Amino acid sequence: MLGNFDFDVIARSWGYLFQTGMLFTLKLTALAMVGGIGVGTMLALMRLSSNRAISLFATSYVNLVRAVPLVLVIFWFYFLVPYIAAWIIGSPTPVQVGAFSSALITFIMFEAAYYCEIMRSGIQSIPRGQVWAGRALGMNYWQTMAHVVLPQAFRNMIPVLLTQTIVLFQDVSLVYVLSIPDFVGAAGKVAQRDGRLVEMYSFVAVVYFVLCYGLSFLVHRLQRRVAIIR
Amino acid sequence: MNYHWNWRIFWEAAPDGTGTYLDTLVSGLLWTLATALTAWIMALALGLVIGTVRTLPNKWLARLANAYVEVFRNVPLLVQMFLWYFVAPEVLPQAAGDWIKSLPNASFVTAVLCLGFFTSSRVAVQVSTGIAALPRGQKMAGTALGLTLGQTYRYVLLPMAARVILPPLTSEFLNIIKNSSVALTIGVVELTASARAIQEFSFQVFEAFTAATLIYVVVNIGVVYLMHRLEKKVAIPGFIVAGAASGGH
Repeated sequence: MLGNFDFDVIARSWGYLFQTGMLFTLKLTALAMVGGIGVGTMLALMRLSSNRAISLFATSYVNLVRAVPLVLVIFWFYFLVPYIAAWIIGSPTPVQVGAFSSALITFIMFEAAYYCEIMRSGIQSIPRGQVWAGRALGMNYWQTMAHVVLPQAFRNMIPVLLTQTIVLFQDVSLVYVLSIPDFVGAAGKVAQRDGRLVEMYSFVAVVYFVLCYGLSFLVHRLQRRVAIIR
Repeated sequence: MNYHWNWRIFWEAAPDGTGTYLDTLVSGLLWTLATALTAWIMALALGLVIGTVRTLPNKWLARLANAYVEVFRNVPLLVQMFLWYFVAPEVLPQAAGDWIKSLPNASFVTAVLCLGFFTSSRVAVQVSTGIAALPRGQKMAGTALGLTLGQTYRYVLLPMAARVILPPLTSEFLNIIKNSSVALTIGVVELTASARAIQEFSFQVFEAFTAATLIYVVVNIGVVYLMHRLEKKVAIPGFIVAGAASGGH
């Protein structure tokens, strides 16, 4: 019952929860966002490419990743990354990859599929005439993309990209299945040790709610400010 | 690269004594579908009510429904699973808590409740978006014809909205199938968990995960195909709600 809710366990584990757990979650979220938007933008350009093979490859990758649950993807990469690393450096045995790098690669490759779709609709929202104008001015494909299309597509999509990042921030909790101490994992460890599941999980829920609600409120305000007036 | 491939693993007997590893996968798929479908019915029913309330003229009711949506949207699904599984039975009155814990399929029931509430908030958003996307004149016409507010919703707005929001609902249905994999954290042996079990018993990691991935893809394609046919059948010419960019999966 709530009567014997033990606030002290939260106070006692505060440092571990935030300095280890939340720091891991935030670091992973930030790096996966940067990597995911980078890879996602490349995938979007590939999907929109006039080369059928490139476009088919990117489309298949994005559709495959979007059809599979994140938990399964986490397991996939956890076992696959050591083999890929061994293949890249030519090692005969699978290479030990740290938990953080493994999780980071997973989230970059997984979220890239979702960021790709956002960037693709962003790129498609730019009138085709701008691309032709760029080409007519003598810019090549990459220059047109880098100086004309992508800056606008990116700006138009900032609110959606950030909303997806809030989803990513929540998704990071699923590294729990690999027993990595992210914010939820750290709280889970304390909960198991002290037999205080009710307190720890309620606290985790409240912290996530406050952070995500606050962030989506800010994104909402930003949305009104960055809109390009036409 | 010295991984030892063995695709015949699926026809070998699983150590849990229930049959072959293929049977393990099939049983996993059935649990995934059972969890997702039961939770989906719950999510549709709840989401329809909450989504409708969000659009009502009564400010306080609408605010209450908005709060409901925000609560379920801003806490990770995994944490919600833990709340339902570990916290709810303790916070409820003793008798109710003990009853939940002693249910034969406690983790399945918990997973369905959790996924149902989680997805209902997302369905609610789609429902209210669908209602808001209808021309204002429809509601006015209902009022002008002398329909009460309830009748306007029942005979004019909801039937229209239901057909307009079918495409976004399809992607929510795909999401609930994928999200049911989170139930493995509270002990439901659904598809992902059975692939993981095969990996643990037989060490054939990549065969097990490939099989699970293929099954998810096939289910996905099946749902998309069926929903596409349904969408074509009920589509209202001229009404398309652009897939509300809500993010998530």
